[in-house]
Amino acid sequence: MSEQLIISNYCKIADNTVSLNGKLIFKCDIEKKFPEFIKEAYKNFQINYPKFFKMDSLSKLGFLTAEMIIKKENPVGNFKNEDVSIIITNSSSSLDTDIEYSKTINDADNYFPSPSVFVYTLPNIMIGEICIKNKINGENTFFISEKFDIDFLYKYVSNIFETNKTQCCIFGRVELMGEKYESVLYLVKKAKDCINTNESVIFEPENIKKLYIS
Amino acid sequence: MKNVFISSDNIITSLGFTTEENITKIKNNKTGIYNIEDKELSPSAFHASLINTDELNSKFNSINSSNNFTRFEKLSILSIKDALSKTTVDIKNKKTLFILSTTKGNIDLLEEKNKMIFGENRLYLSNTAKLIHEYFGSPNQPVVISNACISGVLAIIIGSRLIRSGQFENVVITGTDIVSKFVVSGFISFQSLSSGPCRPFDVSRDGLSLGEGCGTIILTSNKNYLSRQTEVIVGGGFSSNDANHISGPSRTGEGLLLAINKTIEDTESDYSKNIDYISAHGTATPYNDEMESVAITRAGLNEVPVNSFKGYWGHTLGAAGIIESIDGIYSLRNDFLFKTAGFSEIGVTNKINVIDKHEERQINNCLKIASGFGGCNAGVIFHKL
Repeated sequence: MSEQLIISNYCKIADNTVSLNGKLIFKCDIEKKFPEFIKEAYKNFQINYPKFFKMDSLSKLGFLTAEMIIKKENPVGNFKNEDVSIIITNSSSSLDTDIEYSKTINDADNYFPSPSVFVYTLPNIMIGEICIKNKINGENTFFISEKFDIDFLYKYVSNIFETNKTQCCIFGRVELMGEKYESVLYLVKKAKDCINTNESVIFEPENIKKLYIS
Repeated sequence: MKNVFISSDNIITSLGFTTEENITKIKNNKTGIYNIEDKELSPSAFHASLINTDELNSKFNSINSSNNFTRFEKLSILSIKDALSKTTVDIKNKKTLFILSTTKGNIDLLEEKNKMIFGENRLYLSNTAKLIHEYFGSPNQPVVISNACISGVLAIIIGSRLIRSGQFENVVITGTDIVSKFVVSGFISFQSLSSGPCRPFDVSRDGLSLGEGCGTIILTSNKNYLSRQTEVIVGGGFSSNDANHISGPSRTGEGLLLAINKTIEDTESDYSKNIDYISAHGTATPYNDEMESVAITRAGLNEVPVNSFKGYWGHTLGAAGIIESIDGIYSLRNDFLFKTAGFSEIGVTNKINVIDKHEERQINNCLKIASGFGGCNAGVIFHKL
């Protein structure tokens, strides 16, 4: 029997709200568009990180979701930097930014490709942004699937713990396309590394799903 | 630990439509990189390795008469079909998984002329993967990995883990990327394209050359699916992040060094101690090659023969890790090391042992490495039994 894994903290951002461990911690007018919402959320949580404003929308969403968890429990410090991993999935990859970038090249008379936009046309840049802010050096993978493939990813994440590739994993789904967005990230670690297990949830597909849809 | 074998493979680049065709061209020192003047791809000329469209269409029409496949999909389907024809692994088997590795998939569908023919739906990578897996009647939901230029190496690492954990017996991994206006303009804006065919690790290197490529590698734990005299297995693997910069590699090589060390740690020690060949990422940008030389030296591997294949077919992005691993596996099976096209004089601070002529040499353990945007790095070891 493999060692029990737990979700010690999780954060969900959707519908102009931010929830940490199931508790609403920030919301703004539902009429506001994503760029305004995410800026207000960033200011509300007093994250002093000017690089945030250079990021594309997808990276901002993933970065802020991760930041909420890390403010509560910073895995770096408790674990070696190389033992913290990030496994994220979504459906649209970086398509939202791809479309924005393509507008700068589709018209021959108005051709102005920008490296600072182009660099965000890869979904894993978001993982890089989280790693840079928090000095995380462990395994990183970006999977693409239409729906949140909880069963597959649960097995995959469990396997990298079992085979000692990681001691702590930031795992979840960060999706953004046009005006639609939704993110959920979980901090997963071994039960033995958890001091206060009262608030934690066992890492298993039913629980991942329950916290995701709640 | 369960052995993960290589059962079959295929490479498609401008040099040919099979692994054998590509290897023959490389042995004859042919490069597929040329000066491209094509306003559909870029307002200014650039160097790249492009697959001939007429040849691609004629090869594809010989297996399927439908016009409803994109360039990306045609390449992927042809590659999988050729790899499957050389093994008894059945892609329709419940024990077989399909993994697609790509950075940009059907990104050319953002161009109006292509959008009108194929629609926008296949801009979503999961739809592209689904279409390919349905073509072959694969029963399991495909897995898509899109992690910049380490996608291919990562797909091999993940595929072998899924076999070792007992979830699947066989994994068909395909890595594909095309050269599009989107990608060309982006690399030009970064000023990272070379002025001629790229020159990995060379003193005069000035950037990368893009390349179109597709490769398929079929992994299995079932010895009944093996037919060669010399078998190769996948050893350990690991991915890491520099946590340094989103578009520039770390100067200290820290992240790649970590990936190399963890890959070695993850591999049975009797052969990880004796790495006798390194297939580098070797894009030929000043920073990448310098960083790799630092990491290789810090890992104590600076005397191990190392090469880059980018001078033959350019940087094929999500396909690179797959097709370059297939070359490494060929080298293991045949005790033959390929020279680094475009290289003549060492131009990195740490004097690594760049292979400058084709050489017959007994080798048993190959380390394949890759690095990419977002600060990601990966390593995987192949071992000859």
